[in-house]
Amino acid sequence: MRIKQAFQVSSAAGVAALMLSGSAFAVTLNLHNGGDARTLDPNKESVNVEDRIISDCFEGLMTIDPKGEPVPGQATSFDVTPDGLTYTFHLRDGIMWSDGTPVVAQDFLTGLEHLENPKTAAEYAYLANFIAGVADYNAGKSTDPSTLGIKALDDKTVQYTLASPTPYFTAALTHPSLYPIPTADYKANGEDWASVDHILCNGPYQIKEWVPGSYVRSEKNAKYYDAANVKIDEVYYHVLEDNAAALNRYRAGEFDIMTDLPTDQLALIQKELPGQARLTPIISVYYYMLNELKKPFDDVEIRKALSMAINRDVITGDILGTGDVAAYSWVPPGVANYQGAVYTNDWQTLPYEERVKQAAAIMASKGYTPENPLKATLRYNTNDNHRRIAVAIAAMWAQIGVQIDLLNAETGVHYDALSAGDFEIGRAGWIMDYNDASNMLDILRSGQKQPDGTINWGNNYGRYSNPKFDALMDQAAKELDLVKRAGIMHEAEKLAMDEYGAVPIYDYVTKWVVSPKISGYEDNAVERHLTRYLSKSE
Amino acid sequence: MLSYAFKRVLSMLPVAFIAVTACFFIMRLAPGGPFDRERALPPEIKANLLAAYNMDQSLPVQYMLYVWRLLHGDLGPSMVVKTYSVSQLLGLGLPFTLTLGFSAFIIATTVGILAGILAAVYQNKWPDYVLVLFVMVGVVVPNFLTAHLLQLVFGVYLDWLPAGGYLPGSIPHLVMPVTVLSLAHLARVSRLMRGSMIEVLGSNYVRTARAKGLGTRLVLARHALKPALLPVVSYLGPGLSYLLTGSLVVEQVFGLPGIGKYFIQAALNRDYGLVLGTVVLYMFIILILNLIVDLVYAWLDPKVRYS
Repeated sequence: MRIKQAFQVSSAAGVAALMLSGSAFAVTLNLHNGGDARTLDPNKESVNVEDRIISDCFEGLMTIDPKGEPVPGQATSFDVTPDGLTYTFHLRDGIMWSDGTPVVAQDFLTGLEHLENPKTAAEYAYLANFIAGVADYNAGKSTDPSTLGIKALDDKTVQYTLASPTPYFTAALTHPSLYPIPTADYKANGEDWASVDHILCNGPYQIKEWVPGSYVRSEKNAKYYDAANVKIDEVYYHVLEDNAAALNRYRAGEFDIMTDLPTDQLALIQKELPGQARLTPIISVYYYMLNELKKPFDDVEIRKALSMAINRDVITGDILGTGDVAAYSWVPPGVANYQGAVYTNDWQTLPYEERVKQAAAIMASKGYTPENPLKATLRYNTNDNHRRIAVAIAAMWAQIGVQIDLLNAETGVHYDALSAGDFEIGRAGWIMDYNDASNMLDILRSGQKQPDGTINWGNNYGRYSNPKFDALMDQAAKELDLVKRAGIMHEAEKLAMDEYGAVPIYDYVTKWVVSPKISGYEDNAVERHLTRYLSKSE
Repeated sequence: MLSYAFKRVLSMLPVAFIAVTACFFIMRLAPGGPFDRERALPPEIKANLLAAYNMDQSLPVQYMLYVWRLLHGDLGPSMVVKTYSVSQLLGLGLPFTLTLGFSAFIIATTVGILAGILAAVYQNKWPDYVLVLFVMVGVVVPNFLTAHLLQLVFGVYLDWLPAGGYLPGSIPHLVMPVTVLSLAHLARVSRLMRGSMIEVLGSNYVRTARAKGLGTRLVLARHALKPALLPVVSYLGPGLSYLLTGSLVVEQVFGLPGIGKYFIQAALNRDYGLVLGTVVLYMFIILILNLIVDLVYAWLDPKVRYS
């Protein structure tokens, strides 16, 4: 300790000013955020690393509570017309940007126009496709912003017109892409408005500093309407992709919260830091796609045999060991607006040996045996866990007469191949954008024919296609009664899963580590935790 | 010498042009692109992104646009990082990379040369054995392991130093990163110095100097040091460029804001703009370092003449 102090004294002169500015804050939260942000512009956000910063610094009409449930944010209330197509939001009194200018209805219009403007090239622009006029505007078919289904009735009232009833609309409004942006700032500075020099925030925090590769720092926003209840004064979002190094820094007391952990050191964490690892299932699925445009994966029986022979308990228990949940359903348990039982198939409760026997019998009936195996390539993106799972599954499949070649590539190359259909079996994963079953089920819709004659399969890499499934999802999209809608979607899920349109393997868990000094943290299924609800004791 | 330097600078231009051109096309040959993600983007959105970065144009047109911008000193946008341009990203990270790289360079070179001389003078005695052992460790142990070990020992168990992170102007935050970065360089420099010093100490003119009664120190300082430094100096150019480009592991373990990581990350992300930007920057650093090394060589070795 003495050496550390001596060093600090020796360098004190150089950093005196910074130290002083640091000591002005009573409570600082040090959050290990993983990778570096690419943007701080809510409309351009695309990854959770950015979400953790942006959700602290900006607020939409709706926000989330500690449990991750949508609650009113910049709006206090809203009215919906009986057809479910028009939402009118009433803005809260006293909401301001961090420079003191009021947040007005126009700022929400500016945000949506910015999100959907093709020049912005926002990756999440499609998330708002349920708002009337959005898809056409983003595709450049309309250049008139007034065709967007949003209106400022007055400074305090925002009205949205939807293209179709969307029961998860208010939940979707918690996504930063739909947040307002400061109109005057945007007009004055263009895309540069979201640089550290110009950025104005309407959330509990405001961005103060960004050192690429090291950290983003925000401070409490005194203009926030609930500032009196915000207990942490300053937040560092630390960039560190090396989880083992992050654990060292956590143990050294430099981090209060880790958003990921080195899985091979979980036992050590649970022994030395009891109760601090927070492993909670999140609404997400890790799955394999079988390319149904390639033989013999067009055969539903083959797909069934492959799914049956995967021992998911070995993968979650022995290979991962982090509490991930074996998955047989496409929609993970606990998803909102999805009343009814979780999908189960008729073999998942059988003993594994029996399943292998049945799967081997199916394969044998198709002419594949361990002596004359089905040869196939399994693609995954380069990652330790993906590799271990692929090796294990290849061994499981060897028992039923399938011989697997493993092929790994970096993420961009992997998904490029999956999109192009250049694979037989491929690994993928999905963490839901918003808490509604349609976000999961829509993946399995048939591809859309493009003007150039190609078919865009979107995220449906396996190219599962069943017109009945598409019709059910269309029907669900129009259904206003949430229970009926859930029933239709359950029917669609059963159809797709009975036909093995994808092979779910497990549902992810969060891998956060939270210091006992932090209170107010609640496990939730959307893996979003706003700093405004946290407090820290020294 | 001035005209030689001028000629060398002129000859850098075609080298730079070839490097930029080769890098531009090789990057495009690699499968995948900057907008291929875990989630497939809808075609309209991908089209918007491609248009925003001129990637909807033909490859030759994109190349011309890039070269045109480069001639105006603009490295263009990053395809992944949206808030900062390539020039801004490199500009923000370069001062730190230079601080880290030069600190490691100066420490490792000084200590390495001294240790090498010591080992040569005490050849096959204990200082020599200690050095050889250290060199083996420095070369064999990968720096990510050293980095994690130091972090654990000095950051977690002893709590003498910060386990990582960046605080502008803070020296304690630099101690471990600089140490890890300098180890391999130090090992190589000391090994080179030891070898060449042993050779020089065995040469005829040193024997003559000793024969006329000069002490070891004077022999070393006046006769042996300059010629023995030659192999070390020729290594310093590549050594420094390695220190400046090879800081990836150190940056990633300690969470530092340098530009070493862009080399790898940008290539993996297919961030064409950032890859080209780092290549251009490092190319100039390396060309300039090589020039400086060649000029220093002339000063050290009277046999070298420039024409």
